[in-house]
Amino acid sequence: MKQSNRTNFGLIDYNKKINFEFNGESYIGLEGDTLASALIANEVKLIARSFKYHRPRGIFSAGSEEPSALVELIHKDYSEPNTKATTIELYEGLKAKSQNCWPSVKYDFMSINDKFSNFLIAGFYYKTFMWPSFFWEKIYEPLIRRAAGLGKLSTKGTVRISEKGFLHCDLLVIGSGPSGLISAYIAGLSGANVILVEEDYVFGGNINNEEVIISKLSGKEWVNFLITELKKLSNVRCMSRTCVIGMFDHGNFGVIETFDKAVNSKIDQMFWKIISKKTMLCTGAIERLIPFQNNDRPGIMLSGSIRSYLNRWGVIVGKKVAIFTNNDDAYSTAKNLISLGVNVVGIVDTRENPNIDNLNIKVFKSAQVTNSRGSLALQGVDVMLKNGKIFYLECDTLGVSGGWNPNIHLSCHTGVKPEWQNDISAFIPGKNNISTHLKAVGAANGFFDLNQCFLSAENTVVQLLSELNISIKKYDMPKTEEKSINIEPFWYVKNGNKRKWVDLQNDVTVKDIKLAYRENFRSVEHLKRYTTLGMGTDQGKTSNVTGLAILADLSNKDIPDVGTTVFRPPYIPVSLDVFVGSSQATQFKPYRLTPSHDWAKENGATFIDAGLWLRAQWYIQKNENHWRMSVDREVNAVRNSVGFCDVSTLGKIDIQGKDALSFINKIYCNGFSKLPIGKTRYGLMLREDGLVMDDGTTARLDENHFIMTTTTVNAERVYRHLEFCHQCLWPDMDVQLISITDAWSQIAIAGPNSRQLISKIIDPQYDVSNENFPFMACKEVSICGGFKARLFRISFSGELAYEIAIPTQYTKSFMSYLMEIGKEENITPYGTEALSVMRIEKGHVAGAELNGTVSATNLNMGKMVSSIKDSIGMVLSKREGLNLIDGPRLVGLKPKKPNEQIISGSHLFNLKDKLNAGNDLGYVTSSCYSPTLESYIALGFLKDGANRYGDEIKVCNSLLNKEVLVEVCNPVFIDPNGDKLRG
Amino acid sequence: MIIEHPLLGPRDIHEFVYVGDASLLNRPKWDSKDAEQKFYEYMYLRKNPAGIHQELWFHQQGDRSWLVVSRNTLTHEIVKVDLVSNIVKEMNL
Repeated sequence: MKQSNRTNFGLIDYNKKINFEFNGESYIGLEGDTLASALIANEVKLIARSFKYHRPRGIFSAGSEEPSALVELIHKDYSEPNTKATTIELYEGLKAKSQNCWPSVKYDFMSINDKFSNFLIAGFYYKTFMWPSFFWEKIYEPLIRRAAGLGKLSTKGTVRISEKGFLHCDLLVIGSGPSGLISAYIAGLSGANVILVEEDYVFGGNINNEEVIISKLSGKEWVNFLITELKKLSNVRCMSRTCVIGMFDHGNFGVIETFDKAVNSKIDQMFWKIISKKTMLCTGAIERLIPFQNNDRPGIMLSGSIRSYLNRWGVIVGKKVAIFTNNDDAYSTAKNLISLGVNVVGIVDTRENPNIDNLNIKVFKSAQVTNSRGSLALQGVDVMLKNGKIFYLECDTLGVSGGWNPNIHLSCHTGVKPEWQNDISAFIPGKNNISTHLKAVGAANGFFDLNQCFLSAENTVVQLLSELNISIKKYDMPKTEEKSINIEPFWYVKNGNKRKWVDLQNDVTVKDIKLAYRENFRSVEHLKRYTTLGMGTDQGKTSNVTGLAILADLSNKDIPDVGTTVFRPPYIPVSLDVFVGSSQATQFKPYRLTPSHDWAKENGATFIDAGLWLRAQWYIQKNENHWRMSVDREVNAVRNSVGFCDVSTLGKIDIQGKDALSFINKIYCNGFSKLPIGKTRYGLMLREDGLVMDDGTTARLDENHFIMTTTTVNAERVYRHLEFCHQCLWPDMDVQLISITDAWSQIAIAGPNSRQLISKIIDPQYDVSNENFPFMACKEVSICGGFKARLFRISFSGELAYEIAIPTQYTKSFMSYLMEIGKEENITPYGTEALSVMRIEKGHVAGAELNGTVSATNLNMGKMVSSIKDSIGMVLSKREGLNLIDGPRLVGLKPKKPNEQIISGSHLFNLKDKLNAGNDLGYVTSSCYSPTLESYIALGFLKDGANRYGDEIKVCNSLLNKEVLVEVCNPVFIDPNGDKLRG
Repeated sequence: MIIEHPLLGPRDIHEFVYVGDASLLNRPKWDSKDAEQKFYEYMYLRKNPAGIHQELWFHQQGDRSWLVVSRNTLTHEIVKVDLVSNIVKEMNL
């Protein structure tokens, strides 16, 4: 294995080799490597092509801020685009390839864009593809979509397995660098419930990137010691590979844990919702670049990341390294390299008097790097000295440091604006994070010296623990040597007219920002959208503040006066499957099964989704090869003898209390105050705005005991409404409400022979004769020799009919029993389709008619609304617009040719009118074939419908290009006088 | 979001249904002279405060109680949670 640039230290297991593939070539890395560190070790410098200009790009950073080294990870069954080489933990057999290039990353066809860069300026698309408008959809957009964009999706579904979970804690510590570790340690020792999350696969944060001694231990030893101690504490949970992607109100955090690909875990990702009482932001800082001409060439990278590759991964990034800086931190990189014998060819410092202590390197003061040279890799840079002279400095690597930005991303998620801090020339988190209890410490709060990190963490954790009333146990504070952090703001090199990159990922240059400014896109938010600055998958982690500073420079303002950048969740790109987790198919939308489900299945039912319910639609018999045959048979069976149907899905609410009757009388718009015991009444329920909410029946079983039924879809809403009316409007009423939908099943038994059947199952002491149990009667009875039941004489089908309620658990036996005992009447089970056909024949309204836009008058029930009592919706139901004489009315529709089908949703027109919105007279709500009338029939709302019975109109469906001539009629197609159901 | 239920302690937002402005508690009298105008205002006119807003939440997946939640619309901070029945009783006193 030739890896001459490897040292022998770092968090690397030099004995464990890992084979991987990049762009079809095989390479060897080591355990502990990221894809980026392994590629550097293998001296692969060209990683990807840029977004817009297809410029060659290398590795720029060492973490999730990476804008350049984006690759496509290839798995067995799918691939993941836009993954950052710098965060991918190397695993055996990893396969990755460069993206955004064709045919290869070395010879990329689209790099021709680079030559045309003068045209591909900010706002190019807005300016160019303006006209003609139809060109946009047909030509421009497909063209742009093909040329632009980063990686490509594999279009295959994901095979990753994700789950979701909840965690609670006293203290959430985000980041396991020095501040995070010490905070978790102090809180953990004190007994607080602590969760420590670390995005990386190793703990320690920036300590791993530095050569540092803490309390006489090396940085790595100190991290190991603390993590070992923390893992001993049962009240502390340490989570690596776990990234907080969003902060939300009230201490809620969205957190994604990924699992080591080398370990065969049952799941790949976990989406945690962590709810914490207090939270510490210990996310460190991210270095920023300095734009100069051609500053995007492979070999140019952040100065700090050179140190990371060295100290954490044991890789030396180059043989001849130059540094370009405006601050002291970059000197550590130089010292670090020199101690290993690497040739540091010079430090270009923009400051006049940097504090240099006996450094054996050439330092150019008041100097700037103005250009880079090379093609696919860096060969050298132009350096401009204080006197304006420019000379060429040969190097294969340039470490750039424009200072450090506290990693404040999460602190902005709840809308809190960051604050500018002059001494570090950067933003720190705003202090006003009330509803999230967030406190930033360490580098995330602008403390770049290690001792200061420890101190700020200690002060904050002590304060937070005391707010939680947790007493602090004794602990030792770590000590380390001080480090100078001097910085003088230097935002970009002005010399030169070529492009200077600000946002490497989105190919946004200083020129683009200047252009946007010139064209008056001067607010930060406008600038961002016009140039796409900071809108890549890295969200401008390395570029936003620099872009802002350039804007400030152009407008002669101070940076904080220009505005602040706002970060939004998620912190890192997240693939959507992790939010879905196992919430797919029935795990997402579980079925509610009716009490008779198993029985129906055994008896040949076909099922249909009705909301969450799965209901029997029809029961196919032998010789039936079309659903209509089954449905027609079922309808005829009910109309001629007797049938039964499970109607348990209707909402059922048990209402009790001294004031129950007056309560119900206020809920329904029609009168209920005189409902006698043992009787049921139809009720129409309005919303407070006067439109119809729901309908149903309410039975009075006893003086203060009522059973209300609702439609299936509105069961939940009506129950909530009743609780609202009771608790919020009339809390003094003595009423108790409970949903009994699942406790009681309800079976409709309908047809001319239904009384005969009922008398066979009901216990002999009950008389169900028409005199003693007339239409709308109800009673608590017993059946089948002592089983309690409730019997209602109500009818949805229009036939003589009963509904019988029994405790749910007996349903299956009861269904079988009915089949057995009804043999002589040829009893027939029927499904929702036959139910629906019969209610349309009878003109009963259902969900399609009660669609939230209709008034009682529209339903021909205007007279039911009582004006002499208070009820919900009564006052506003009297509004003129809801009661127009010629307004929409529920009508029946019968085709002139009985076999012509009427499609629901079709619109109604006068015969001679053209089909346009102005002539629209209404629409069809429900339609079916009526075996009773041997014709298609329909219900619908027709303008002035009550006065148009007998008229011929047309039913038009422009989508299907269908027109049917129909006659308007009374919506009650059968038995309009109700003789059948009263008989 | 977490709502501090007066009886049940801190509960996750998923257990609740949001219904609207707590001004819905002030239902006008049906038989007053200008009832239609009053009901119109009650139904359709809402204040939109930048600051403390009182709103109704229903603990649908819980004890089915209606709550009046006082929430700061600027910070999302919840400053107070009351059982609606207590509020209404106070209003009626």
